[in-house]
Amino acid sequence: MTTLLSAFVESAIRTATPLGLAALGELVVERAGIINIGLEGVIVCGAFGALVGSGFGGVVGGFAGAIAFGMATASVFAWFVVRLQTDQIITGTALTMLALGLTGTLYRALYGAGGAALSIATARPVTIPGLSLIPVVGAGLFNQPAVTYVFYASMLLLWWWMYRTLPGLELRAVGESPIAARAAGIRLARVRTLSLLFGGGMGGLAGGTLVLAQAGTFAEGMSAGRGFIAIAIVVLGRWHPAGVTIAALVFGAASAIQYLLQAAGLGLPYQLFLALPYVLTLAALAGVAGRTRAPEALAKNDEA
Amino acid sequence: MLQRAWPRAIRQAAVGAIIGAVIVLALGLFLAVLRYDPTRAAYALFDGAFGSWYAFASGTLVRGTPLVLTGLAVAVAFRAGVFNVGAEGQFLMGATAAAALALYGPALNRPLVILLCFIAGSILGALWAAIAAILRTRFHVLEVISTIMLNFAAMYLVSYLVRGPMQEPTHVYPQTAAIPAAAELPRLPAVRLHLGFFIALAAAGSTWWVIRNTAAGFRLRATGANPDAARSAGGVNVNQVVFSAFAISGALAGLAGAIEVQGVTFALYENISPGYGYTAIAVALLARLDAALVVPAGILFGALEAGAAAMQRDAGVPSVVVAVVEAALILALLGARSIRQHFREAA
Repeated sequence: MTTLLSAFVESAIRTATPLGLAALGELVVERAGIINIGLEGVIVCGAFGALVGSGFGGVVGGFAGAIAFGMATASVFAWFVVRLQTDQIITGTALTMLALGLTGTLYRALYGAGGAALSIATARPVTIPGLSLIPVVGAGLFNQPAVTYVFYASMLLLWWWMYRTLPGLELRAVGESPIAARAAGIRLARVRTLSLLFGGGMGGLAGGTLVLAQAGTFAEGMSAGRGFIAIAIVVLGRWHPAGVTIAALVFGAASAIQYLLQAAGLGLPYQLFLALPYVLTLAALAGVAGRTRAPEALAKNDEA
Repeated sequence: MLQRAWPRAIRQAAVGAIIGAVIVLALGLFLAVLRYDPTRAAYALFDGAFGSWYAFASGTLVRGTPLVLTGLAVAVAFRAGVFNVGAEGQFLMGATAAAALALYGPALNRPLVILLCFIAGSILGALWAAIAAILRTRFHVLEVISTIMLNFAAMYLVSYLVRGPMQEPTHVYPQTAAIPAAAELPRLPAVRLHLGFFIALAAAGSTWWVIRNTAAGFRLRATGANPDAARSAGGVNVNQVVFSAFAISGALAGLAGAIEVQGVTFALYENISPGYGYTAIAVALLARLDAALVVPAGILFGALEAGAAAMQRDAGVPSVVVAVVEAALILALLGARSIRQHFREAA
């Protein structure tokens, strides 16, 4: 039973890490009043970047490639939405299509038409002395790849940055009232572009996590809707770093239930488990979305 | 009026031609960098799409049929300000309903079976979209998220059905048995072009007419243009319009799924849609959300997809490159529109 519970916690954290990273990035973007529906594309580009980068510099190179590719993808979105003021939803949808098509084409062209399963170096778990010895949850929480600790740390840093620093205040001002923010001398386009680049880096890191800390390989469309789930997690976390982190963990735990159910041997069809994350997202959004308040200027293309 | 209208049409055609040329050149360069042969790829693409009457009717128009219908689905929804990106899931549900009715329904005469399958597909597509409609109107859930989630749910539902309760009798292949001949759509002689294409044309025509000439169409356009104004100044029940837009959109996508099963695949299987529901977004945007223009846009993308299959076969270029072309086209159109607005404001 204890091993089963440990496996459950471990699996919950494993699912939550890429989602949490991407959602924390998207959180900053949304607090600046932008919704990047193209996050799915950012993640898959990050995953591809991890594949490319790991060819040059192993695990570290992989993560660097993931962040760089994620930021590059987000900068395309930023150029369209911030500079050209295009519709955010349509631009994001097109960006996801572009990213999936481009990574698919490049993968087949560069790594073989059949898409031979490449095995690349993966990040090994890093054990935190002491904390990992906590019964039941310790091993799951504190015997994880380093990127998981980046996730924990980003939550704390963002919390401090958003609510305790001037740039954090400026970010929130831009998302709530762009016109007032501009009147106060805040450079809107700069804040929004930088927040999109940050979100791109985090989304890329999430994609890198899938490749370097989990799958050990790249597969076409391996983001599998995580970008959209991460956007839902931002809503569920009520646009707050702690809330988003908790939502990601709850989501990870809910998805990890499948391992408990499969272990229980109820003979349920496996597609039910695969569909679970998506159905859960819908149910959770129905419960929360109406009762929370989005940043005032979210997704509005006000010429400010 | 005329002297104003002409330059505008010419300007738009010129912008379109420039965008097209830039994308073609960029694609050629991209393929050359990846060490494919661009001229060979272009020839294969053109040959596969337009090389003969057979290629055009059996490839381009057959591929274009689901794209016209799903493109219409997206256009109707977007016109009402409903970002239904779930045509993929609604298509799958429509295909499932039609296959189920054809396989397990009563043996009736052919026209009746075909019609009932169409209705079943449309209804299940509409119901699948209605989930997102309820989530938006009652629970304020962003439909971009909910419809994508529903796409994944539909995908796994089909996967379960064709490996479980609906699997063909020998239990070897993950697909249903072939549907009875009575449910198959009639075809033109010697090609694979089927009745569904003409139904898609009729659907486009009637949708265009309804949106342009009826009170319901006006309410749809008003809600899409400015929901607050439609509510306060026009007395429009916005939630009702949003709900109808979802339902009609889902029904059109579901009909596309039914037609695909009855006219092309004759069975339900997992990857029955190569992403028609996503390509549909590009189709609708290229048509500037105009139901009549969805027909040429859908056929154009049908040509691209049919050509891409030939390109993969003859020049080894991965057909997924079509998604790049589609996305680049959407971004180029968005950019061109934005730059045009910029100049208009500056003038």
